[in-house]
Parts: sequence; C-alpha cells; structure tokens
Amino acid sequence: MTSIPLGHILLLAALLFGIGLAGVLTRRNILVMLMSVEVMMNAVNLTLVGFSRYNGWTEGHVLAFFIIAVAAAEAAVGLAMVLAVFRLKQTTYVDELRLLKR
Amino acid sequence: MTGEQIMFYLLGGGAVLASAAMLLPPMGRSPIHSAISLIVSFFFLAGLYALLSAHMLSVLQIIVYAGAVMVLFTFVIMLLNLNADELQESRITPGRIAAGILALFVFGKLATAIQLTTAGAQSVDLSDPGFANFGSVPEVGRMMYTTFLVPFELVSVLLLVAAVGAVVLAKRSMKYVDRPLPPPAGFEHPAPSDDEGDHDAHAHGGGH
Repeated sequence: MTSIPLGHILLLAALLFGIGLAGVLTRRNILVMLMSVEVMMNAVNLTLVGFSRYNGWTEGHVLAFFIIAVAAAEAAVGLAMVLAVFRLKQTTYVDELRLLKR
Repeated sequence: MTGEQIMFYLLGGGAVLASAAMLLPPMGRSPIHSAISLIVSFFFLAGLYALLSAHMLSVLQIIVYAGAVMVLFTFVIMLLNLNADELQESRITPGRIAAGILALFVFGKLATAIQLTTAGAQSVDLSDPGFANFGSVPEVGRMMYTTFLVPFELVSVLLLVAAVGAVVLAKRSMKYVDRPLPPPAGFEHPAPSDDEGDHDAHAHGGGH
C-alpha cells in the first residue's frame, strides 16, 4: 500500500505536461521548445511509473525506459538540426525561419 | 500525513517549480538558465521515481536525462554563444495568450478526467513477497530481455540511426558531400591557359 493517492500523482504529471505544452506553444526559442518537450516526456513517464506502482506492473517501467531512449535520440537529432539551422540563419528563433512563407 | 506523502508533495512541488522556472523570467530569460532549472527538475523527478519504487528508472533518469541529454543541451547552448541582443522574448502577443489558454485548457481537461476516474484507487501491497524486487534493476532487466526483447533491440537500432543522423546533420556543411576533395597542400595546379582568378586561395598557397 502506498499513502500517496493515485489522483495526486496523475495531477502532478498533468501539471508538468501542461507546463511543457505551454513552453512549446509560447516560447519561440527552439532550444527552450526542445527542453519543454523533454518536460512533457517526463510527465508521461511519471504517469507510467504511478500506474505501475499502483498495479504492481513492471511493464510500465520498461515502457518508461523506452521513452527515455527515444527522448535521448530525439534530443541528439533535434540539437544537430538546431546546429545546422543556426549555421544557416544565425538564429535559434523559430519566427525567423520562414523560408516557405515568402 | 505520512512521511511518504510529505516527500511526494515536496518533490512534486520542486519539480513543478523548477519546470515553471524554466519558462518564466528571471530564470527563463536565457537558455542556459532554463537548462539548469530543467536539470534541477529532472533530479526532483528522479526522487519521485525512487519514492514510487521505480529504482532503476530513478537511476536512469539521472544518468541519461540529467547526465547525457542535458549535457548535450548545455553544450549546444554554449556552442551557439547567443548574444544578449538575440535573447529577445518576453513580449506578450495574442498568439502567446491563446497558446497559454490552450495549455491551461488541456490541463483542466486532464484534471477533470483524473478526478472522475481515480477516486478510491487502491494500490497493490509492495510488502507482499511477490513484489520483493519490484522496480529493481534485475526485475526490469529481466523483463526487458524476455518480454520486450524485440522492442529493446529496435531501440538500439533507433539510437544508432539517431547517432549517425546527428553526426550527418551537424557536419560543417552539406556542400562538401558531393564536391571533390580539395587538393593536398603543396599540390601544383596545372597552369590554366585562360586565368579566371577563381581558384581556392589555399590550393595556390603552397606554390607561391
């Protein structure tokens, strides 16, 4: 038994997810946007861990491990793309990347 | 209130505060400060995982997230060396207000769904002998190498592709890929009959 209510774990995860979503939507710096995506992935991981704790399933931990691996791959490729874009445009602000809008 | 609950609210509050500090001024103004508050948030989350008996994930969170991923982030931020005049932001535009409201709306919907569905949820008893190794490295590792063997191997392929992709994307310039290599130092160009003067400077450097 755990004395932490499941609803509070999930609410905390939802709050973190909302913070990450707000970060992706409001900030225009691509680096901060990528970091906000990491926060959202962590919120999902917290949900998985909370449900695993409540049901005694180890599967949730393995799935969270896969999410961590995918997040690491995403960060590596995303940051490489940020570097490539910065070399081209000398900016990290997504508002200034509008070659297709002309 | 038990000690477990007190720890949960402390760690959870810390994680939320650190994540919010990532986005809001004064910490959120520069990317490097955002990255540092994100690292703090990851440590709080690692504590939460440990509190919820996910010991392996707690360690992985620190090694992979706070270690590898955030080192990559801080490295790129410092490599880009953003000037102070490039750190604009903090203008409030209608689009941003709408985005904030949308995020609040999503959170509200999630909170309503959670309230409606989790009342009276009872957890399993981890002091039961069947759960003696719950969340430990051997237990999670065994499941990874038996039930989830194929996805596990696929993840290794994904990481390999991501590593190769990152190297290719971050190369100095894609232009050099299909251009012949420059001649080695000291190489003499055969003197062209009509000199257009558009040769590479360093190719001539050794000859003069």
